[in-house]
Amino acid sequence: MPGDRMTSGGRIDRSQPVNFTFNGRSYQGFAGDTLASALLANGVRLTARSFKYHRPRGIIGSGVEEPATLVELMGENASGNRPATTVPLAEGLQARSVNCWPSPAFDLGAINQVIGRFIPAGFYYKTFKWPGWHLYEPSIRKAAGLAAAPSKPPATGHFENRFAHCDVLIAGAGPAGLMAALVAGRAGLRVMIADEGVEAGGSLLNRTLTIAGNPAMDWVDRVTAELATMDNVTHLQNATVWAYREHNYLMVNERAPEYPDILERNWRVRAGHVICATGAIERALVFGNNDRPGVMLASAAQAYINRYGVRPGRRAVVFTNNNSAYSVAADLAQTGIEVAAIIDSRDTVPDAARAMVSGIEILPGHVVTTTQGGRHIRSVEVAPNGGGAIRRIACDLLAMSGGWNPAVHLWSQSRGTLRYDNALTSFVPDHAAQAAISVGAANGELTLAQALQSGADAGAAAADQTAPVAPEATDLAYAIEPLWRVEQTKGKAFLDIQNDVTVDDVHLALREGYDNVEHVKRYTTGGMGIDQGKTGNINIIGTVAMQQGAPLEEIGTTTFRSPYTPVSFGSVVGSREDSVALPYRHTPITGWNKANGAFMYESGARWRRPGYFPREGESFQDTVNRECRAVRNGVGVYDGSPLGTFELKGRDVGRFLDHIYTNIMSTLKPGHARYGLMLSDDGLILDDGVALRLSEHRWIISTSTGHADAINSHMEELLQTRFPDWNVFVTTVTSQWNNATICGPKAREVMAALGTDIDISPKALPFMGFADGTVAGVPARVVRVSFTGELSFEVNVAPRHLAALWDRILAAGAPFGIEPIGSEANHVLRVEKGFLSLGHEVDGTVDPFDLGLGWAMSKKKPDYLGKHAVALRRSGTENRRELVGLVPEPDTMIPEGAPLTPDGARKPTEGLVTACVFSTVLDRWVGLALLENGHARHDETVHARLKDRTIPARVTAPIHYDPEGERLRS
Amino acid sequence: MPRPQTYSIASLLRHGLNHHTTWPRAWRSPPLKDSYDVIIIGAGGHGLATAYHLAHDHGITNVAVLERGWLGGGNIARNTVTIRSNYMRDASIPFYVKSVAMYEGLTRALNFNMMHSKRTMVDVVQTYPKLRELRRRQLTMDIYGATYEQISEAEVRRRIPALTGGGPDARLPIIGGMVHTDAGVNRHDAVAWGYARAIDAMGVEIHQQTPVESLVRAADGAITGVQTNKGLVRAPKVVVAVSGHTTTLTETAGLKLPLRTMNLTAFVSEPVKPLVDVIVNCPDAGFYFSQSDKGEMVIGGAPDMGQSFRRDIKQNVFEDTVTAMLSLFPSFKKLKLMRQWGGHLDIAHDASPIMDETDVPGLFITAGWWGGYKAIPAGGLTLAHLVATGQPHDLMSKFTLKRFRHLDYVMESGTTTAR
Amino acid sequence: MMNIPCPYCGPRNEGEFAFGGPVKPDRPDPNAVSEEDWVTYLTQVPNPLGPVQERWWHVKGCGTWLTIWRDTRTHDIVDGPSDAG
Repeated sequence: MPGDRMTSGGRIDRSQPVNFTFNGRSYQGFAGDTLASALLANGVRLTARSFKYHRPRGIIGSGVEEPATLVELMGENASGNRPATTVPLAEGLQARSVNCWPSPAFDLGAINQVIGRFIPAGFYYKTFKWPGWHLYEPSIRKAAGLAAAPSKPPATGHFENRFAHCDVLIAGAGPAGLMAALVAGRAGLRVMIADEGVEAGGSLLNRTLTIAGNPAMDWVDRVTAELATMDNVTHLQNATVWAYREHNYLMVNERAPEYPDILERNWRVRAGHVICATGAIERALVFGNNDRPGVMLASAAQAYINRYGVRPGRRAVVFTNNNSAYSVAADLAQTGIEVAAIIDSRDTVPDAARAMVSGIEILPGHVVTTTQGGRHIRSVEVAPNGGGAIRRIACDLLAMSGGWNPAVHLWSQSRGTLRYDNALTSFVPDHAAQAAISVGAANGELTLAQALQSGADAGAAAADQTAPVAPEATDLAYAIEPLWRVEQTKGKAFLDIQNDVTVDDVHLALREGYDNVEHVKRYTTGGMGIDQGKTGNINIIGTVAMQQGAPLEEIGTTTFRSPYTPVSFGSVVGSREDSVALPYRHTPITGWNKANGAFMYESGARWRRPGYFPREGESFQDTVNRECRAVRNGVGVYDGSPLGTFELKGRDVGRFLDHIYTNIMSTLKPGHARYGLMLSDDGLILDDGVALRLSEHRWIISTSTGHADAINSHMEELLQTRFPDWNVFVTTVTSQWNNATICGPKAREVMAALGTDIDISPKALPFMGFADGTVAGVPARVVRVSFTGELSFEVNVAPRHLAALWDRILAAGAPFGIEPIGSEANHVLRVEKGFLSLGHEVDGTVDPFDLGLGWAMSKKKPDYLGKHAVALRRSGTENRRELVGLVPEPDTMIPEGAPLTPDGARKPTEGLVTACVFSTVLDRWVGLALLENGHARHDETVHARLKDRTIPARVTAPIHYDPEGERLRS
Repeated sequence: MPRPQTYSIASLLRHGLNHHTTWPRAWRSPPLKDSYDVIIIGAGGHGLATAYHLAHDHGITNVAVLERGWLGGGNIARNTVTIRSNYMRDASIPFYVKSVAMYEGLTRALNFNMMHSKRTMVDVVQTYPKLRELRRRQLTMDIYGATYEQISEAEVRRRIPALTGGGPDARLPIIGGMVHTDAGVNRHDAVAWGYARAIDAMGVEIHQQTPVESLVRAADGAITGVQTNKGLVRAPKVVVAVSGHTTTLTETAGLKLPLRTMNLTAFVSEPVKPLVDVIVNCPDAGFYFSQSDKGEMVIGGAPDMGQSFRRDIKQNVFEDTVTAMLSLFPSFKKLKLMRQWGGHLDIAHDASPIMDETDVPGLFITAGWWGGYKAIPAGGLTLAHLVATGQPHDLMSKFTLKRFRHLDYVMESGTTTAR
Repeated sequence: MMNIPCPYCGPRNEGEFAFGGPVKPDRPDPNAVSEEDWVTYLTQVPNPLGPVQERWWHVKGCGTWLTIWRDTRTHDIVDGPSDAG
């Protein structure tokens, strides 16, 4: 139907035609159109099929409230389930209807209309049970779901996040919001105003009102121009405030930022005050076949003629229960649309309303009972409200208005309360929960004059000033009588058009006892669509209230949850991706590691470390064996830098360490090191490590890599909250001290070859000793600790020296066959030695005694963290799982984590294999396990139970190699 | 006792001819009596299931289920419907194996379509320590008949075609996965309504909009009833099944418990056509999701820091979860968030559940369920056993309150999905 | 995302902090209390429906451990236990 576009008027640019396709057909619209207005201008009325019954649907709204016409945008920026009313028309836009196949005009799913009688609300709870849901689910899944899921990320462009702080955040740039922004901006406040529309103006864009005697949009243009001159005002359009969190933290999704490569921007706004100027949403009316294409919200019809210059029909009927539709009828008539009648459910129509529509027939006390037509409305049936003679009126447009709901979504998200207003027949903001205020239509102040003044008041209040008098504006006073549904309907009367929920469905839910409004919602799915019931929820509540004979305030609303309208996940995250989202830690020789073929992986606490250094032709096991042999027979070196390192200074460090370690630290002599174990006060093992006393009041402690951050927190918490008077200062020095650890029987030769001024003889620098000096000309602290069970020199240097030191070590060690060692070989070496590992043997259930570390639990100290808990737990539990060694017999690998069960039977476990490695020195597989009463069961045979077999293993002491520790002391 | 209307295609057709005007109520709204044999506080999953097993297994039907709001409106209305049994410890696995099996038979047992969909869960593993921990569960689970198989990265991607992130150059490359074929999803409202309808038919009363204000004890300390907004109601046995509000209630009887209340949130995307058939769990990244029959991606992550009785999502927690999701599913950048919500749960000091008679004789609690949706059927079975017999059920024998007396914690790594 | 007042840095986003848990009673001398009381101390924390005193560590800021009262129903930071929001 070309010619539906008016030759003048509206805010479209007729000089800029825009080509687009819809369901494969090409059309033309104009710049300034939405997809919906362009479709209407091209005479496309059947634009969608409904979710359940696949009924024909058209365009019902003009904004985010649109329940029926959802489209999928295709091409570069594919995006699904977009209300056609919110898609700005762009050159080359390709869109198609969701939820119908192959097209809305010929839709195979429409078969559901035929069987609709047998599939009421909740029918699937009652059927599809035999033989099983799995038989039906695939086809039901295929039929559900609206658009196709995006198959790839946007090809170009990116998302962005911004933080913003402001004195006032104003949600909505309609008359109330703009007025508030103007007053607050002039007062010098930092103002942010964000509006979901492409253009500012809100409802003024759709109407023909005046402000101070001039067209209202002139006022909008003047205000936006003035706001643009204010440095203290940030004005965003096409930007939805979608979430209102605690502490006045709000999210704004800006969809067309000024830079072409930014797809969307999410603003995280911390606001001093929030002004909710979110307007109101018109409600649908509920009567028979109220979903037929051509049935439209009155405000939408008004928007299409006034804003887009499109006639949505030629002969209209207006159906209303309130005054606002009279201005719509007047505007329709003004643009040459014949208004056949105004059907008003109220018995009395206010004179002021009548005066606006002289010459149009008004039928007070009447309702529309049903509509006729195929794919488009042809006529309506009208009858007196409550029954009587039916009259049929031909029309191709039915503009309906069920009244207005303040858009209280943000207000409710902020936890502001609502009350039911009997005069407005809607829920309106009541008590604020945060520094927020609602103004204008969002507050139930539905006339333009009220909106302007309440905006001015709120803007001034935020600035602590007296409000100016808002410019003069007049429109028709609002008056309404509730009409939640038409009683004498014919055909399906839809409450939720998107989810195909009818009055009968709600009645069925109530009849079956689903009588709470949340039950009704869930049983019928009413209000659970993408529109989240913006036009229909109130009618569901009203229908429930009518049926139960209870007032609406007793029924209450369902919860308003964020987001207000859907937002893309990409915009939520912005540029936080990969290592920006999850930074990783690495040491100065990461480059060397990679260049030398190391297999790098994440090894806890975000460290990337070399697992092993494979050579051409080697299997994983070959590589690990080679590295182990180097350490056991010759010499190896590994980068121990990630180990957590802390420097503690102060008079009370000894006392403090006595509290957090199980053993006594305060007696340690300067120049010496001691192994220590840390427990939580619950008696669970937190960590183990080594303490070095540098001088009387200066210590270094090391922790395991993975627990360094937790131990830092633990120490700081104790010192700041429990012992604030103790003189202890903790400094994290993990990244100040890197180390290369040279280990193996030839380690001392390598040290000598490197050149050092430290006496490294066993006597001068014994096991658990340390000394400062230079190594290879670099200032270093050399510590005699060992994690491999071999003679080890941990050479600690400043990070800037590590790479050079590493090269020198490899050069100096080359004659001795030195090998770089990765984490995998380190694991094997520690298992051979029975050294515990926090991720393996220590799993939150064992205590030091279980691990054979009872010696580390001081009896002398009356109190330290975990002491009493360990005693208490041991006094009440039997059959503790204790650390043992395992020797699989026959010699084979037992998968780590394999359970030990009595005789390998399918019975509750008596233990668990915590590690199993191939020992090169023993030339066989050896393992560690936690086993019930394991300490008393050495030499017994236990059984690891795999799925298809069991593996017997002999229980041994946990130390498989060099039990006396001669090698590490050498 | 009235038999409930059988739900079937035949009954649907029959009522369809009557325009569905003759369906009976799914449950009654009887007047509140002065006393019952057992009062269950909380018409959520655990409360309703406990009532079901008290009536069905033990013949105890003089039972009132008191609900502060609407039945099925607590955590059963706000979870991610993930049903699985991939736990680590002997104490836990058989309980969850039982619960999964009971869920699979629930549609038949209650004549109410739970839409149970045995989707399989795939764990997407990105670090070796996590792989080690999951493998540690595997062989112990096998003892109790739960499935868990390791699969390669290629197989992970074959099963989840939408998983296009986590390649070799990613921050955390995918190294493999685990498959738990027992796992499934179902329809949470159906679980609540199915149990409610079944217990109503057996004579149990459900009283909605009946908040319990305090617990009432006799002079000897034993429980004697509860004070409600409708007056005092007596019972020699009272069951508290109220999740996050457990301590709020027990403190009215002077009872303190090792519990704290947290807010765990979830969110759904817009509905889209079928894309992901399995439950995807990404413990290293820190999120999990499945696609509902309606087409929404139902996504969960970590709980908020700190105690909370507020059911709102923390923006930073939400952003972390979405960030994690997009790292593995970059095509979801253009997918849209549609709705988000939270639910209160109480976490015990050792993060394992507590089911026991308390130090107040006659007062029972079921609490500390972190991911308690999957535990509903077996939770009801075992709690009914405890209430009826006074003895803990074998499946829950480790999860008593007494364990805390000797700090004998149950340390379970399988508690949350995304961890 | 709460706005947490740091005594040194002023109000800061919650994301800069690590949660330190609810404040428990002072640690008793384990040698001077009963086993039962010791277990209570170890395992129980205040869990009020209302203001709770809790600690936060400004770990991505100045490193201070700070204590606030927060209403668990609203996240409002309040002056004390009776200052319900």
